[in-house]
Amino acid sequence: MSAVFPAGQGGGRAHKPAHTPAQEPAPQHTKKRAARRVLPGFRLTLSYTLLYLVLIVLVPLSALLFKTSTLTWDQFWLAVSGPRVMASYRLTFGASLFAALVNLVFGLLLAWVLVRYTFPGKKIIDALVDLPFALPTAVAGISLTALLAGNGWIGQYLEPMDIKLAFTPSGVVIALIFVGLPFVVRTVQPVLEDMEKELEEAASSLGADRWQTFRRVIFPTISPALLTGFAMAFARAIGEYGSVIFIAGNMPMISEITPLIIIGKLEQYDYAGATAVAVVMLVISFVLLLVINALQGWQRRRAGG
Amino acid sequence: MAESSKDPRKIRRAQSDTTEAPWVRYTLITVALTFVLLFLVLPLAAVFTEALRKGFGAYVDGLREPDAWSAIRLTLIVAVIAVPLNLVFGVAAAWAIAKFEFPGKAILTTFVDLPFSVSPVVAGLMYVLVFGAQGWFGPWLQAHDIKVIFAVPGIVLATIFVTFPFIARELIPLMQAQGNDEEQAAIVLGATGWQTFWHVTLPNIKWGLLYGVILCNARAMGEFGAVSVVSGHIRGQTNTIPLHVEILYNEYQSVAAFAAASLLAILALVTLVIKSVVEWRNEKELAASADLPMEAPQAASPVFPGGVTRSTAA
Repeated sequence: MSAVFPAGQGGGRAHKPAHTPAQEPAPQHTKKRAARRVLPGFRLTLSYTLLYLVLIVLVPLSALLFKTSTLTWDQFWLAVSGPRVMASYRLTFGASLFAALVNLVFGLLLAWVLVRYTFPGKKIIDALVDLPFALPTAVAGISLTALLAGNGWIGQYLEPMDIKLAFTPSGVVIALIFVGLPFVVRTVQPVLEDMEKELEEAASSLGADRWQTFRRVIFPTISPALLTGFAMAFARAIGEYGSVIFIAGNMPMISEITPLIIIGKLEQYDYAGATAVAVVMLVISFVLLLVINALQGWQRRRAGG
Repeated sequence: MAESSKDPRKIRRAQSDTTEAPWVRYTLITVALTFVLLFLVLPLAAVFTEALRKGFGAYVDGLREPDAWSAIRLTLIVAVIAVPLNLVFGVAAAWAIAKFEFPGKAILTTFVDLPFSVSPVVAGLMYVLVFGAQGWFGPWLQAHDIKVIFAVPGIVLATIFVTFPFIARELIPLMQAQGNDEEQAAIVLGATGWQTFWHVTLPNIKWGLLYGVILCNARAMGEFGAVSVVSGHIRGQTNTIPLHVEILYNEYQSVAAFAAASLLAILALVTLVIKSVVEWRNEKELAASADLPMEAPQAASPVFPGGVTRSTAA
């Protein structure tokens, strides 16, 4: 790594003709800087990054916070704690938590099956796992609704059993399972792939059965990734809008999610109220983002150590 | 090793120590595949069957109405603006963050990630508060007769916001893993910064870059929540394909709604195919560079430091 002429020389990419044949090697006076920053473009790229970040993210973000600061505490509290809003928090968080738990279990199972076993069509399944990232949420929403409605492919078998999924809170959970599905799979999969077989061999030669090996050896190794994926799926589910509104039925107090409350307030030109609820959601997103960052740090340390 | 591997019984014994009994394997595979069938395959298949429910003619009719066309056009315009802007930002941010050390880097990285965790609806609302009639620039924009909210610029801005981190996220870990050695060598040998980026960095990151771009594009074309807040749903003017789908669906024009949705589903499938090809190419290239003569990573041999750099980039 410390070689003066590293991989580029032997890697087959140095055969391109030099484009500045006349240029001399770096003269003496740049050496001091070169010791730390040989590469150019730091100032340019960093200032562009900051400018773009400020314009696209930070200005709108501060508009939201500024709007909130024009509210008195009582106004704010009234907007974020009405019974309809409270019911929406319960649904959003309950359904998101439930969906993330389902994804935790099935995401681990899917990652395990994809890494450890071979079966026909494995590559297609592996590619398909990313579908919820690629398929627009509105499409997922109407499609899941069509499946689960009384005359749908799945709904027609559930209706005689008196199970209703579409237009109920259960429908919300199903939509959120769909949107959060890839997270756990994609965080756990690489960790499972990198795991050293020797550890498992050692465990088994010391007399552990397969389940003990999984619980004591494999599970501790993948648990940071598992938790990261879970937190990501949960965070994604809380903010989700497009796939949920079609399947939820959107009945106040029963199947109305928090993002829809914001839309409802906006449609009544209650900008202050919408902003107050949005700030609550934003704070929760921030906290989750920090948790995810901390989990990823833990995962890296685990992988490095 | 060589001796024991000749005994088939020993192989089986060794394998059974690190894998499960066949019935466990098959049960797990079956459960996983059922889950995939229910949650991924059926929703995807339903889009196309619903779209073709009344035959191919009705499907094409649904796509040929002028409102559908204007939605397709607007979606393409939005993607053509938003994706390149985020591409330039992604490359610049990845260069600054991956190649240099500076104070506040962790905070900057967190801020780059932020749009991922903000609800799309909240994102849309933020832009309404900046550019809307009640917002910061609202009166000024009105005085100059510029429409941002409930018009195309607002849709573009909201889309840029929600797809903001995609390319940067893809590139930062990739460029960090590759380190600075190759670029430093190029600079020392007299290449300009731009040449270094173009001939050294870009070939190394091209697959990750392509993957980031197609994911960013898929999200840009399919974004619903944020765009829904800023669009105003003016038919034939500010409806993107996802919003067009919503309107048709709510009007019980199921076939037309699913026909428009099928376009987005095809886009999603194309995205997944490109992604798989990219991954496959990437693996092949890594395998090829690991096989280079004298550079095979023989337990990180210190004699060939360059070879180790390349192969650890995996």
